[in-house]
Amino acid sequence: MKNRVVITGMGAVTPLGNSVAETWAGVCAGKSGIGPITKFDTTLFETKIAGELKGLDPLQYVNRKELRRVDEFILYAIAASEMAMADAGPVLGAGNGERLGVIIGSAIGGLATIEKEKEAVLAGGPRKMSPFTIPAALANLAAGHVSIRTGAKGPIGCPVAACASGTCGIGDAFRLVSEGYADAMIAGGVDAAVTPMSVAGFNAMRTISKRNDEPEKASRPFDRQRDGFVISEGCGVMVLESLAHALARGARIYGELVGYGNTSDAFHMAAPPDGHEGAQRCMRAALQNAGMDAAEIDYINAHGTSTVMNDAFETEAIKAVFGEHSRTLAVSSTKSMTGHLLGAAGGIEAILCVQAIAEGILPPTTNLEHPDPECDLDYVPLHARKREIRTAMSNTFGFGGVNAVLIFKKFEG
Amino acid sequence: MTMEEKVISIIMEQLDVAREECVPEASFTDDLGADSLDLVELIMEMEETFDVQIADNELERIRTIKDVLEYLQGKGVVWHE
Repeated sequence: MKNRVVITGMGAVTPLGNSVAETWAGVCAGKSGIGPITKFDTTLFETKIAGELKGLDPLQYVNRKELRRVDEFILYAIAASEMAMADAGPVLGAGNGERLGVIIGSAIGGLATIEKEKEAVLAGGPRKMSPFTIPAALANLAAGHVSIRTGAKGPIGCPVAACASGTCGIGDAFRLVSEGYADAMIAGGVDAAVTPMSVAGFNAMRTISKRNDEPEKASRPFDRQRDGFVISEGCGVMVLESLAHALARGARIYGELVGYGNTSDAFHMAAPPDGHEGAQRCMRAALQNAGMDAAEIDYINAHGTSTVMNDAFETEAIKAVFGEHSRTLAVSSTKSMTGHLLGAAGGIEAILCVQAIAEGILPPTTNLEHPDPECDLDYVPLHARKREIRTAMSNTFGFGGVNAVLIFKKFEG
Repeated sequence: MTMEEKVISIIMEQLDVAREECVPEASFTDDLGADSLDLVELIMEMEETFDVQIADNELERIRTIKDVLEYLQGKGVVWHE
């Protein structure tokens, strides 16, 4: 028999704040985490805005020597994981690390390190490259560092699944706990890709907003005037635990993870097929995995990137899967406030789903001032709303045609 | 700043250790917590600062702060800042 899987700890660093509490408060207040890019000179760049972290003190989490060894994406994962583990309380007894694992997905890993070290090599030759370049750049080193620091000796992984990476991380961890390969997993996603190559690359694809004069209004999912997503950075991590294990140690339980779906479009590297058919199958797969009817879903945290294509296609897919119920359920995109955290998006949005259920608050879609006729669902426009939420679905879709969907449920013993 | 002081300031920065730990006999790996990658980085910084090239086969001789100073003196490096 499969184990039920519950959430017992959460940690986050986002453009809205360096904790889950600050991020959630920002979301409830409809705040924006987007502003001018400060990490590099954007003079020559079409896009000059992003969602950067603010005021994170690295030395709160690593010493100065460690700081030089890690890319920021690793630092963010260490910070969020430390918060999540502190939040969860003593997950495992001493010497039982083999029952604890780590899966933290990342879309781009240490891109900033690669860019910086390439410059060093071009300027001074190959001998100028830091010996920490490779271990700072490898995407799986976020999970690696967290494992070293927590003593987690069980399963380890790093799904690299573009903007679905965080969701795949939590989904893979869910299956491992569900099947009994681990008692608990630290799981989520991370990215720190506010870098020159990332911004120029997404600009070249024409996928990010150029609303430089109004950064706070740039991420506007489902709005007629949307012009692309906003790159953000950060990390979202949760501690997943088998219900039996959590109950045995008297852990506080935030909610239950009941379903995971993962499908591929097998269609195009960056565009969805008609009707976002792959996303439809993914939502259905998650529902089937959860043993639930579509009508049981109260809230969908949409992928809702604020690109012209995604928001219309995702709306169409939701209508196809939920039929009449799509008129009554609430859908929102918290990316309107956080921006798009790429591989971390799934980690953060999973946390926001759990918070929404626990607090009975629907997060809003801010900046939805001019509804697009093609996007005609209840997106909780502009302001958060109180409502009892028993179930929440988190959608994420990534380049390469990867779709990943999680379903969370209010915990009832 | 003397060459010894410069070497010690680099070591303090790179290995995140205190001044009083940096005695001449302090071993990078046994006393100052360096691993093999820290050592590579440390040597790179020494090469850059003192404008020398330290060959990989010479690295084995450099285990303590004293070894670094003797090596640099042996190469005729003169330093003052």
